Amino acid sequence: MVEIAWTEAVAGGAMIGAAAAAFFRVNGRIAGVSGIFGDIFLDRGQGQSAWRAAFIVGIVIGCLIVRVVHPASARIELQTGWAGMVIAGLLVGFGTRMGCGCTSGHGICGIARISPRSIAATLIFMLSAIATAVLIHRLGVLR
Amino acid sequence: MKPLSALVCGTLFGAGLTVAGMTDPARVIGFLDVLGEFDPTLVVVMATALCVSLPAFQWTKRHARPLLDVRFFLPERTRIDRDLVIGSSLFGIGWGIAGLCPGPAIAGIASGSIEIIGFVVAMAVGMTIRSLSYRSQPDHHECKT
Repeated sequence: MVEIAWTEAVAGGAMIGAAAAAFFRVNGRIAGVSGIFGDIFLDRGQGQSAWRAAFIVGIVIGCLIVRVVHPASARIELQTGWAGMVIAGLLVGFGTRMGCGCTSGHGICGIARISPRSIAATLIFMLSAIATAVLIHRLGVLR
Repeated sequence: MKPLSALVCGTLFGAGLTVAGMTDPARVIGFLDVLGEFDPTLVVVMATALCVSLPAFQWTKRHARPLLDVRFFLPERTRIDRDLVIGSSLFGIGWGIAGLCPGPAIAGIASGSIEIIGFVVAMAVGMTIRSLSYRSQPDHHECKT
C-alpha cells in the first residue's frame, strides 16, 4: 500500500469541503465543476457567465498558487497517451452532462445535502471507474 | 459580489485539490486500480472534505436564503433515473482511463500540460454533444436548478 501524505490529504480535503460549503452559504449554488464549466458555453442563461467563469478561473489560480508555494504538490504523472486522454475527456464530458454532475457536485455537495440521487451517482461512477482502472491499468485490457 | 465570491471559493477549491495531490492522475489511478499498489489518499481526501461540507450544508439548509442571492439553487431532478445511471457509468469509464475528473483536469491547466488541456477540450466537446439534443427546446436545461 502506498503511504498516505496525511497532512496534505487532510488539509486539502478540508479546503475542498470548506470551499464547497462557503459557496453554498454565500452564493446558494452547488460547487459542481462539470456543471459550472459546461454551463459557461451551454447555458445561454441571463447574466450567469461571470460567476461561472470566475469559479473556473479560480480553480486554475488556486492550483497555480499551490504549485509555486508547495512544489511537492505539483507532480502530474499522466496515466494514458493522447488517444486515451481524448476518449476519456469525451466520456467524462458526455457522462457528467447526462448524469448532471461529477465528483464535486454529486460527491462533495450532493452527499453533504444527503441527496439519494447524488449518493447513487457517486457509488455508480466510483464502481465504474474502479472496474475500468482495474481492466485497463492492471489487466492491460485495451492497452 | 457574486463573481468575486465565486473566484475566492474556486481558488480555495483548486488549491485544496492540488494540496491533496488530487491533480496527479497517478494518485487517482493508484486509488481506482484497487488490485495494484493501493493508494488510499483519494478516500481520505473525500472523507475529510465531507467532514467539513456535510455539517456546513445541513447548517446552511436551515437558512431561508444564501447571503448573496434570493434563493438556493438546487437540482430539480431528484429521482434516480436512467440518465443518472448511464451518465455516471460513462463518466466513471473516462475517469478510470485517465485518472482525471473535471475539477482536477481544470486545475491541471495550471501545469501547462498540453495533454491536460486536450482532455479539457475533449470534455467540453463531450458536454456539447450531449446537450445538442436539448438545443431544440429553447428554455430546457436537463440539469436545471
